[in-house]
Amino acid sequence: MSLLIASNIQNNPKYLQLVKQRDNLSWTLSALVCIMYFGFTLMIAFTPDILTRPISDTSVIPMGMLIGVGVIVASALLTGVYVYKANGTFDPIVQEIVREASK
Amino acid sequence: MKTLTALLFSILALASGISQAADAVVSSVVPVVASASGVVVAAAAPAAEIPINWHAVIMFLIFVAITLVITYWAATRTKTATDFYAAGRGVTGLQNGMAIAGDYMSAASFLGIAALVYMNGFYGLIFSVGWLVGWPIILFLVAERLRNLGKYTYADVVSFRLKQGPIRVMAAISSLIVVIWYLIGQAVGAGQLLHTLVPQVSYRESIVVVGALIIIYVTFGGMKATTWVQIIKAGLLLGGATLMALGVMSHEGFSFEKLFSDAVAIHPKHLEIMKSVVPIGAKANPIESISLGLTLMFGTAGLPHILMRFFTVTDAKAARKSVLYGTCFIGFFYILTFIIGFGAIVLVANQPAYVADISKSILALKGGGSMPAVYLSHAIGGDFFLGFIAAVAFATILAVVSGLTLAGASALSHDIYASVIKKGKATEKEEVWVSKMSVIGLGIIAVLLGIAFEKQNVAYIVALTFSIAACTNFPILVLSIFWRGLTTRGAVLGGYTGIIGSIGLLIIGPTVWTKVLNMGPAIFPYDFPTFVVLPAVLIVAYFASVTDSSESGQKERDAYDAQLIRAETGLGAEMASSH
Repeated sequence: MSLLIASNIQNNPKYLQLVKQRDNLSWTLSALVCIMYFGFTLMIAFTPDILTRPISDTSVIPMGMLIGVGVIVASALLTGVYVYKANGTFDPIVQEIVREASK
Repeated sequence: MKTLTALLFSILALASGISQAADAVVSSVVPVVASASGVVVAAAAPAAEIPINWHAVIMFLIFVAITLVITYWAATRTKTATDFYAAGRGVTGLQNGMAIAGDYMSAASFLGIAALVYMNGFYGLIFSVGWLVGWPIILFLVAERLRNLGKYTYADVVSFRLKQGPIRVMAAISSLIVVIWYLIGQAVGAGQLLHTLVPQVSYRESIVVVGALIIIYVTFGGMKATTWVQIIKAGLLLGGATLMALGVMSHEGFSFEKLFSDAVAIHPKHLEIMKSVVPIGAKANPIESISLGLTLMFGTAGLPHILMRFFTVTDAKAARKSVLYGTCFIGFFYILTFIIGFGAIVLVANQPAYVADISKSILALKGGGSMPAVYLSHAIGGDFFLGFIAAVAFATILAVVSGLTLAGASALSHDIYASVIKKGKATEKEEVWVSKMSVIGLGIIAVLLGIAFEKQNVAYIVALTFSIAACTNFPILVLSIFWRGLTTRGAVLGGYTGIIGSIGLLIIGPTVWTKVLNMGPAIFPYDFPTFVVLPAVLIVAYFASVTDSSESGQKERDAYDAQLIRAETGLGAEMASSH
C-alpha cells in the first residue's frame, strides 16, 4: 500500500465514518452477547429458582432450558445480524473508499 | 475382507512395536507412571477374548483410507509456505465454517456433554451455552481483522506494529503451552476411547496410531489436508449426532415433553435432574460460575488453532461468513448432544446390556463415564450404528489433533525460527522444512506425554488451556487491534502476566493443589483463575504502555493508523494464491 493511498484514505471522511460505524456495531453486539450470557450465568448463581421453575404446571421442562437454548439460538442470530450488516453496508463503503483512494 | 484383516493386523503390529519403543523412552523418563500403567496393560490382556468390533474397525479404516487419499492429493498441491500453513488461502466461507466446527467439536464435547447430561440432566446445557458464546465474540472483534492483518499465526497480527522478537517469543510460548496441553488431553482421550471400543488395541497402541496418522496428514498435506479432514469429520459427526437425536425423538413420538418426563421417571434422582443448576450434589458458587463463563467465552476466542483457521480463507468476507456457518453448526450440535444425553437416560440407563452392575447403580456404565452416547447408538441402530459412531468419535480426535499440531508447528517455525532466530531471512523452503520437523516433534511429544499421563487426573487440562488462551492470547490480540496506545512493553508484560498468573493460580487452586498434588485445601479457592488474571493482564498492559515514553513506543503508537487502514479495508492483506 503506497503512502499516497494511505493518506487519501486517512483523509476520507467516509473512512472515518466506516471505522466508527463498524466499531459501534462490533462492540454493541459483543456487549449484547456478554449481557445475555453473563445474565444467564448470574441467574444460575443468584436466582436458580427462576431457572428451575417448570414452564407450566403439567410440564417437567424448566424455564432455564428454554433460556439456555434461547442463548444459543440468539448467539447464532446475532452473528447473522453482523454478517448481514457487514456484507450489505460496510463492504460497499470499503470498495468505494479503496476506489476513490486509488484514483 | 482378508486384505482388510491383514491390513488391520499389520497396522496393529506396527503400532505395538512403536508403542513398546515409546514405552522404553517413557519408562526411562517417568518410571513411576510407566510401571503403574504396565500393571493395567497386563490386566487388560484377558479382554482379548471379547470379539472384535468389526463394524467400528472397518468404518475407521475406511475413514483413514479416505483421509490418506486426500492427504496425497493435498501433498501434490502443497508447494509454498502459504499452501502449507494456510491452504493457499483458497478455503471458502462454507468450507471454513465446516472446518471450524470440525476443529472445535472435540470428542470430549460430544461424549463429554452427552455424559454430563446423562448424569446431571439440565446442568449439561449450561456447559454447552458457555462453549458456544465465544463464537459471536470472535466474529465481532477479531475474525476479519485477523484475516486482513495476519499471515500464518495470530502473533503476526500482534507484532504488526510492535517489536517482532519479544512479541513472537511471548505469543509462541503461550500458544505452545495451550497446544501441548490440549494435545495431551486429546491423546489421553483417544487412548481411552479406542481401547474401550476395541479392547484388542491397547491404550498405547491407540495413541501411537493417532500420533502416526496426524504426522502423516500434517507433514505431507499441511493445512489443505487438515482442513479436509476437519470438514469430513464435521460432516460425519453432525450427521451421526442428527441420526441419534432423530432416533431418540422417534422413540419418544417426537415429543420433548415425553422425552423429559420419561427421563425424569427413569433417572434415580428423578425431578432433581431438571432442578439442579450445578452438578448434582455440588454447591453453587457465583464467583466460580462467572470465572468459568469468562474462561469459556474468551478462551474459545484465544485458541491458537482456532485463530489460525482465519488465515486460510480467501478474504475478510469469507472469514466472517465462516464464523456464521461455524456458529450455526456448533450450536446445532450442542442442542443435539443435549437430546442425546436425555435419550441415553431413557434408552441406556437401567439396561442390563450396558450397565456395569445394575444392583449397585442403574447409571454407571460398562467402560466408564464417557459411554452414554456410544451405547445410545447401539440401542438405536445396533452394532452397525455403534461402529459408525465409534469411528466418528475417533475421527473427531484425529481432526482436532491435526489442527492443534499444525498450530503448534507454525508457532515454532514461523514465529520462533523464521522471525526470531533468522530475523525474517529464512527462505520459504527452510521455514516449511522446520515446520514439518516441528510437526513430527510435536506428534512424538503428544504420544509420549499421552502415554505418561494415562493414569493421571487430566481434568484440569481444559481449565489450563482455556485460562491461558482467555488471559493471554485474547486480551493481547484485542488490545493490539483496537488500542492505539499499546506498546511492545505493555503487550509483553501483559502477556507474561497472563501466562504466569493463570499457571500459578491453577497450581495453587483446587484442581491441581488438592486433587492432583494432594496438598490439602487449596491456597486459591477457585478452579478457574480468569476473573482475577484477565483484569490483571489488562491493568498491567495498560500501565506498562502509558508509562512507556521510549521513542520506539511512540513509533508503535504512530504506526496504528496504517494498521487500522489495513484492518478495516483489507488493503495490503495477504492474497489468495493463484493455483
